[in-house]
Amino acid sequence: MAIEEFLASKEERVVESTGKHQDENVVESTGKHKVSIENVNGWYGKKRALKDINLKVKEKTVTAFIGPSGCGKTTLLRCLNRMHEMTPGAHADGRVIVDGADIYDKSIDPVIIRRRIGMVFQKPNPFPTMSIFENVSAGLRLNGISNKTIIREIVEESLKNAALWDEVKNELEQPGMSLSGGQQQRLCIARALAMQPEVLLMDEPTSSLDPIGSSKIEELLRSLKDNVTIIIVTHNMQQAARVSDFTAFMYLGDLIEYGSTNQIFMNPEKELTERYISGKFG
Amino acid sequence: MNSNNNYKKILQEAVAKKYKKRLLVDKLVTIFTVVCVIAAIIPLGSILLEVVKNGASAISFEFLTQPQGSIGSGSGGVGPAIQGTIIVVGLASLIAAPVGVLTGIYLSEFAKGGIFPNLVRFFNDVLTGLPSIVIGIVGYIVIVLSIGSFSVLAGSISLSIIMMPIVVRVTEETLKIVPHSFREAGYSLGISKAKITLFIVLPSAKNGILTGIVIAISRIAGETAPLIMTILGTSLFFTGITGPVDALPLRIWRLASQPYESAHAFGWGSALILILMILALSVGLRLLAQKRSSFKGIT
Amino acid sequence: MFTCLVVGAAAYTLLMVGLVAFSVTKGSIDIFSVEGIDFITQSDWNAVEGRESFGAFPYILGTLLSSAIAMAIGVPISLAIAVFISEIAPPRIGIPLSFITELLAAVPSIIYGLWALFVFRFWVRDLIEKPLYDAFHGYLPFFAKTPFGLDIFTAGIVLAIMIIPIISSICREVMRVVPDSQREAAYSLGATRWETVRMAVFPYVKSGLVGASMLGLGRAVGETILVTMVIGNVIGPSAIPTSFFSQGQTLASLIANEFNEASSDLHLSALIALGTILLILTMGINIVARLLVKKKIKVSTGAKAQ
Repeated sequence: MAIEEFLASKEERVVESTGKHQDENVVESTGKHKVSIENVNGWYGKKRALKDINLKVKEKTVTAFIGPSGCGKTTLLRCLNRMHEMTPGAHADGRVIVDGADIYDKSIDPVIIRRRIGMVFQKPNPFPTMSIFENVSAGLRLNGISNKTIIREIVEESLKNAALWDEVKNELEQPGMSLSGGQQQRLCIARALAMQPEVLLMDEPTSSLDPIGSSKIEELLRSLKDNVTIIIVTHNMQQAARVSDFTAFMYLGDLIEYGSTNQIFMNPEKELTERYISGKFG
Repeated sequence: MNSNNNYKKILQEAVAKKYKKRLLVDKLVTIFTVVCVIAAIIPLGSILLEVVKNGASAISFEFLTQPQGSIGSGSGGVGPAIQGTIIVVGLASLIAAPVGVLTGIYLSEFAKGGIFPNLVRFFNDVLTGLPSIVIGIVGYIVIVLSIGSFSVLAGSISLSIIMMPIVVRVTEETLKIVPHSFREAGYSLGISKAKITLFIVLPSAKNGILTGIVIAISRIAGETAPLIMTILGTSLFFTGITGPVDALPLRIWRLASQPYESAHAFGWGSALILILMILALSVGLRLLAQKRSSFKGIT
Repeated sequence: MFTCLVVGAAAYTLLMVGLVAFSVTKGSIDIFSVEGIDFITQSDWNAVEGRESFGAFPYILGTLLSSAIAMAIGVPISLAIAVFISEIAPPRIGIPLSFITELLAAVPSIIYGLWALFVFRFWVRDLIEKPLYDAFHGYLPFFAKTPFGLDIFTAGIVLAIMIIPIISSICREVMRVVPDSQREAAYSLGATRWETVRMAVFPYVKSGLVGASMLGLGRAVGETILVTMVIGNVIGPSAIPTSFFSQGQTLASLIANEFNEASSDLHLSALIALGTILLILTMGINIVARLLVKKKIKVSTGAKAQ
């Protein structure tokens, strides 16, 4: 799998941060780009945490952002669903084009784009006053879906896609917090999936879980990507190597290198990448 | 998965249909909260404005030092009330502050769990919420009836009952914030608990505790109800601890109830004086705290 | 030695509580032994020697009604202010604002009363009561009496103004305990800001919000001097409120009005008994309130996976 991917992607080798082409109408023939990140800068007040990032994420793949602490990978992730600007004093500029529409366009309300771009966080955060069922259907109810049958169907499907259905199908009324850490995280994934997103952003989703919980989620990603484009931030390089098809390595706000996971890990082009991969710093 | 596309469409439709309304609701709620904030600020502004506007014209040296002239004449002042407030509140603080701080120290440093400290905490909380008129009744029965007269003592003790629980709570909470390492350093040097508390822990919590005491004093300085049945409120200056006395809040009430313009003016003037006194207390504390801390305490 | 001192100081608290209990009991025993439980249900208030009869019922109603008005107005406004300061406003607006609400809390109630008596009641009468009266007095009995500003309604509004700082600052404190991860979860589902507050913040601290409101209620119930200046001061059966614009009387305000002029020992005892009722009412409210607030803050900080 890896080699074919690698060969195919050679055709559409993504541009690095030197910013070669800005023409948004470039559509590669093989494999669509779901998310096109163009000249994105991220700021915390006056401090520039992301420096002119350019990156195109392929549809229905798992892309990993890796790099040492403070490299900006989480900041970049949060720019993709406009959560970055919710931090006081933070803002971002540039364009992030999802299926041809720039989510930073002034006429678009962030509330809407988050239907298409979901997020899962580092520590599981189910709503403690809601049951499992209510947690998963929370987003649906917000948007006024009242047909109980539809809600039940979507909840069931989301829980199945999150590999949690079998464990909770008989106790959907139990509080969300009664689950174990790993289960809660899958609950949060189900909750995000219920919104039928096209892109799922995951911010170090397994870093607070035990190894068994982590591996369950990693397994999950393999089946999830058939329907959803996944972008995952991880500080665990081995995890990136295990689950992702493409990897972007960042350092101090710059995108250093981006390519297929195989290539990045086995044949990195930049020396910095090579040093990080081999653990010389991090 | 086909059903997936179906659901996506359903969701898209729902989102498109509802989002205008949701954004509208969000905007309305935001406007509502802003309106409420403004609605809360307007009274404050009006109160300060009226007190200053109406009260300033009544202030004079005579106003500050003389007792009230004959009713309706507009002469004289509220000298006894100012003096009375200072005496009664001062005495109440002298009772409540040490006891309150010591109790707070007990709860934070010496209590080892078990029924007694929890009882103390519980009843302290209860005392905090008691209506001040009830405290006045207590003062009446316990002091006024025993001594036989309305008195400074009754008023002060009543006010101290109101003030003490506040000081206890602030002291305990402030002491809890002091890092344990301070105490441990003392223990490791073999110093006794009492000395550690007095010379290490307390000084570092000093600012917080003082702030709490000043807040408590400001609170009781404005209390009227307990004074009604304890000090009576005369137009004479201080005659003795067991004698009646006047106080600003009480005087304001009496003046407001009289049908004369001049009395009302005096009322506003007294209100201004009261506010200024409370303000002076808080500001005075801040200055004192700043001067003393060359070494910044914890709080 | 020092230990004895601090333990003694702590015991002083219990002594005070004992004194309170002792005083109100001793003071009210006379009237209760004469009238028994009827004291609570009767409405007359007759101090004439030989025909003395006292009943607390109108004043219980007055207390409840004025506090209910205060809560109906005060709680939503307090919540709105808390939401604004903690969820909407940026810190450079939020911090001065919370300072201003603290200032409101520091104003002595006598000054509230003074202002209400000479200034605010005219606003209420002209801007709220007269229009309501004109519009509704034929149909709704609650707006029946001709309003002139000194009545239960005004008392309720000023009480609301007085308790808003208390309720909103505690609400703010409990809302601060809600972890940001909860809000982020709501936002990531595409919630608007209000929906986030409604879905992620309020349910998390529901009991704390209720507790804060009850603390405000306790304060409103016990407030004396402010009420007595604006509520109209009637006694006896005519003190039973029939309309928002009725003059009224609360437990606390009647005590303040008549205590120094009580004409007999029984009269005095009746007044003190009003205080006893007030005491029990307030204690109950405050105990429940503190339990609710403590529970919320404890659960949130000692919580599991968060």
